Amino acid sequence: MTSHLVLAASAGDALTWVVWFAAALACVASGVAVVSFSNPFYSALALIGNLASLAVLYLLLSAEFVAAAQVLVYAGAVMVMFLFVIAYLGGRADAPWAGGPSLNRVAAVAAGGAILVEVLVAVGLDAGGGLSHPAHVGASFGSPADIGRLFLTDHLLAFEITSVVLLVAAVGGVVLGSHARRLQAEAEEAVPARQPVPARDEPPVEVPAAR
Amino acid sequence: MRGPDVVWYLGVAAVMFSTGALGVLLRRSPLIVLLSLELMLNAANLALIAFSRGHGGGAGQIFALSVMAVAASEVVVGLGLIVAMARRKLALDVDKLTSLRG
Repeated sequence: MTSHLVLAASAGDALTWVVWFAAALACVASGVAVVSFSNPFYSALALIGNLASLAVLYLLLSAEFVAAAQVLVYAGAVMVMFLFVIAYLGGRADAPWAGGPSLNRVAAVAAGGAILVEVLVAVGLDAGGGLSHPAHVGASFGSPADIGRLFLTDHLLAFEITSVVLLVAAVGGVVLGSHARRLQAEAEEAVPARQPVPARDEPPVEVPAAR
Repeated sequence: MRGPDVVWYLGVAAVMFSTGALGVLLRRSPLIVLLSLELMLNAANLALIAFSRGHGGGAGQIFALSVMAVAASEVVVGLGLIVAMARRKLALDVDKLTSLRG
C-alpha cells in the first residue's frame, strides 16, 4: 500500500520534471529565436511562444492567476499590438550576425555572458540553502481570491499606483500618436516650400503658432 | 513541491534575462529592442514568482502583476515612439538616432 503511494508520488514527480524540462527548453529556445530572427514579425511570434511556455512554468509554481493573466494580457493584448505595429511598419530589421564580429558585438556578447555567469554563480551558491526547501503552501496559494485579497488589503497602494501608471501611459500613447500625425503633415508641407524662395519684400506669411 | 527546485527556475530566468540583454545590446531595430526588453521583464517575473513559491508568500505574485502593468505601459509608449519615428521618415535604427548625444 505504502509502496504504491510512493510509486505514484515519484511518477507525479517525474511527470513534473518532464513538463518543466519541455517548458524550460521552449522558453530558452524561443528567447534565443526572438533575438536572432532578422524579421521582427517572426521575433514577435517567437515571443508569443516564449510567453506561453512561461505560463506553463507559472502553473508549475502554482501561480494560476498570474499564468492566466500572462496569457490574456501579454500573449493576447500586448502582442497583438506589437504585431499590428510590425505589420504597419513592415520591412526587415538588421541581420544580427551579418558582417562579422565588430567591437560592439564582442562587447555585447561579453556583457550578456557576464550577466549570465554572475546570476548563475549567485543562484548556485545558494542552491543547497534555503531556496532548496520551499515552503508548504495551501491549495488557495496563487488563486484569484488570494491575489484579490492581497491587492485590496496589503498591497492597496501598488494597486492604485498601477491604475495611475496605466492611465498615464494611455494618455502618453494618444499624445504621441496625435503629435506624429501633425509632424507628418508638416513634413509633407515642407517639401514644395523648398523650391523657389519668395521675395524678401513680401510681408511674412502668418504662421499659426503651434500649441 | 513536486519536480524541480526553485533554483532551477532561477537558472531559466537567468538564461532568459541574459538573452534579452544580449538582444538589447546587439540589435539595432527598435522593434526588436522592445521585444528583447519584454524578454528581460518576463525573466524577472519568472524569478519573482519562483521566489514567491519558495517563500510561500503572495507578495512576489503581486509584484509580478505590477511588472506586467508597467510592461504594458512601456510597450504603449515605446510603440508610440516607433510609429512617430516612422512617420517622420526617420530610419528605424537605434544607432542612427544620435541627436541627443552630447
